[in-house]
Amino acid sequence: MEPFPYAPAPESPAIVDIRPSYGLFVGGEFVDGRGTSFKTVNPATEEVLAEIAEASPADVDRAVQAARTAYDAVWSRMPGSERAKYLFRIARIIAERSRELAVLESIDNGKPIRESRDVDVPIAAAHFFYYAGWADKLEHSGFGSTPLGVAAQVIPWNFPLLMLAWKIAPALACGNTVVLKPAETTPLTALLFAEICQQADLPPGVVNILTGAGSTGQAMVTHPGIDKVAFTGSTEVGKAIARAVAGTDKRVTLELGGKAANIVFDDAPIDQAVEGIVDGIFFNQGHVCCAGSRLLVQESVYDDVLERLKRRMSTLRLGDPLDKNTDVGAINSSEQLLRIRALAEVGDAEGADRWSAPCDLPTSGFWFPPTLFTGVTQAHRIAREEIFGPVLSVLTFRTPAEAVEKANNTPYGLSAGVWSDKGSRILWMADRLKAGVVWSNTFNKFDPTSPFGGYKESGYGREGGRHGLEGYLR
Amino acid sequence: MTRATPAARVGVRKTSKLFIGGAFPRSESGRTFVVNDHEGGFLANAALASRKDARDAVVAARAAFPGWAGRTAYNRGQVVYRIAELLEARRDQFEGELRASEGVSAATARQYVDAAIDRLVWYAGWSDKIAQVVGGANAVAGPFFNHSAPEPTGVVAIVAPRGPLLGLVSVLAPVIATGNTAVVLASEAHPLTAITLAEVMATSDLPGGVVNILTGRAAEVGPWLAAHMDVNGIDLTGVEDPSLARDLEIAAADNLKRVRRPRAEDLLAPPALDRMTDFLEIKTVWHPMGS
Repeated sequence: MEPFPYAPAPESPAIVDIRPSYGLFVGGEFVDGRGTSFKTVNPATEEVLAEIAEASPADVDRAVQAARTAYDAVWSRMPGSERAKYLFRIARIIAERSRELAVLESIDNGKPIRESRDVDVPIAAAHFFYYAGWADKLEHSGFGSTPLGVAAQVIPWNFPLLMLAWKIAPALACGNTVVLKPAETTPLTALLFAEICQQADLPPGVVNILTGAGSTGQAMVTHPGIDKVAFTGSTEVGKAIARAVAGTDKRVTLELGGKAANIVFDDAPIDQAVEGIVDGIFFNQGHVCCAGSRLLVQESVYDDVLERLKRRMSTLRLGDPLDKNTDVGAINSSEQLLRIRALAEVGDAEGADRWSAPCDLPTSGFWFPPTLFTGVTQAHRIAREEIFGPVLSVLTFRTPAEAVEKANNTPYGLSAGVWSDKGSRILWMADRLKAGVVWSNTFNKFDPTSPFGGYKESGYGREGGRHGLEGYLR
Repeated sequence: MTRATPAARVGVRKTSKLFIGGAFPRSESGRTFVVNDHEGGFLANAALASRKDARDAVVAARAAFPGWAGRTAYNRGQVVYRIAELLEARRDQFEGELRASEGVSAATARQYVDAAIDRLVWYAGWSDKIAQVVGGANAVAGPFFNHSAPEPTGVVAIVAPRGPLLGLVSVLAPVIATGNTAVVLASEAHPLTAITLAEVMATSDLPGGVVNILTGRAAEVGPWLAAHMDVNGIDLTGVEDPSLARDLEIAAADNLKRVRRPRAEDLLAPPALDRMTDFLEIKTVWHPMGS
């Protein structure tokens, strides 16, 4: 029987109002930048969405001063119970404007509306709601109750609004003020968040949003007026930040890259595991630092897992991010697409076997089909380097000890997955995996109460939960 | 030095060596440096650790890590407590060394030895409690069991501060009680007591390699430890030169070591938890719930 075809089911973009150009959000209002500007594009169509100010060092200085003034005069003096109310307001407004935020996120980022609507936006609202509740309970946190001061926060393009929430919510709850820079390719939801801060009557200068590229971030991190750096992004930039703050009193938390192993044992519920594998690497086009990009399958079920995985990948729907039936959206930028293509070609050249799900790629925009490589060894670059795209490297193992050995054989240590029906084995594996988050019989689950962060070169510090307060208190 | 009279017995001096992998080797470099007492008189020739010694110590610490981290927290607590027991038994020797090297009064020496023993006991008790205090259950919004618990970071390099006994114990005990293994560069000014403490640890059921002690120069050995890619964390407490501390922090970024910067602290004051938590990683485990 032929399956029913899908009819297009696009979410209307009419709900969002994208301005032709945006300034910077400093001291509670939008101001013109003193530097140059750049364009943000819709990665699914390559259409230019808006002209964005690139914050100069002078703009950074102005924003840090605004944050310092707000910290000294208002925010650090306000009782936690009152700070909490602003955060609760923000949480509510995010929920109220959730449809608008989700559509805008999908337009600017390229991620499917199903993910922005069901994951990014609701969890962002939940983060503000969760940390709002901490603001008047900090003396119970175990980390003191004194804020640090002004936090410089630099976030990536893969979960623009959600990463903003991970950064801003705990910082504000603890009494810090922030200067936040969204990624160059995804500034729009952060700029809409600035408007939400205005609607919430958040005191001017408590949140400042500077758009720009790496040089703006560098000016923020090295500014002498900041007390804290929070960064999510590449390990390479994370190391540069660690060097830049050496010898200062600046506190740092870093959420960096990953090359997570997703380990499937022969006693696992295979269909559930296949869903977890797909969710682990194709969720958000694989633009996920904790993506399960290395599949380790026990040899005895390798053929079965691969067959079912390919069948499932063949049903993934790639295309218009605003279509509610879309599973895999657009690659966020042409630069990222080039990087994914280049690493996939290295996989070919090094002798691994590429298989891509059969799907038609749109003619404009940036696209890469869900892809897996078999015949991968630990020495292959596609097994060692973070591809940050929808590309899965498949390896095999025979014993639990071998699975642990291979899983931990990486400088990263952000996450790992284990699939097995045997409780004692799952706990044994979880104990030995060097990763900050271990998902057993599930993958890519996030919650404001659950600490997230890496071992080794995946960074340090935790975001989320009580542990997420530590980086913002003394 | 006075010449011995024919009838008097000549004392047998102790050669000061390094402590690596549970053994007491000399520096592979064959070098030593003179350690004087507080009045400038000769005390001993201490081994002057080299880059090779530092690397050997890291290898020993890495080899010891899985076994030590894999022990039960209860057992680790007992071993750290055993160090305190043996230190208590040899307290006269330590008081004598503190008086000779630092020139402190008998009462002050006693106070510092008391504090060092008590601090070991304090940290021994933490080994099986820290997980309950810094870990816990997370009430996620879904049908999942979700909990967070601390794990040791791995191999931790420590530049120990002045205070030949209490200073060393204060930085070392929290690192090993939580399951890390350590490579310690003893205080440059007072290295001898660190080696005496190594003799205590060598007879305390502490597995070889869990603690490795080097004597030498922070400016020489520090950079190799800070840049070593198999070291996971570095405590710079004893680095007194700010520009050296900055350089070591920069080198430590090569593999994103967890860095504890030097800061003023009163060693006699009751410690907080941060010396333990600075070298712990929080691991969060999720599992679905269902019948």
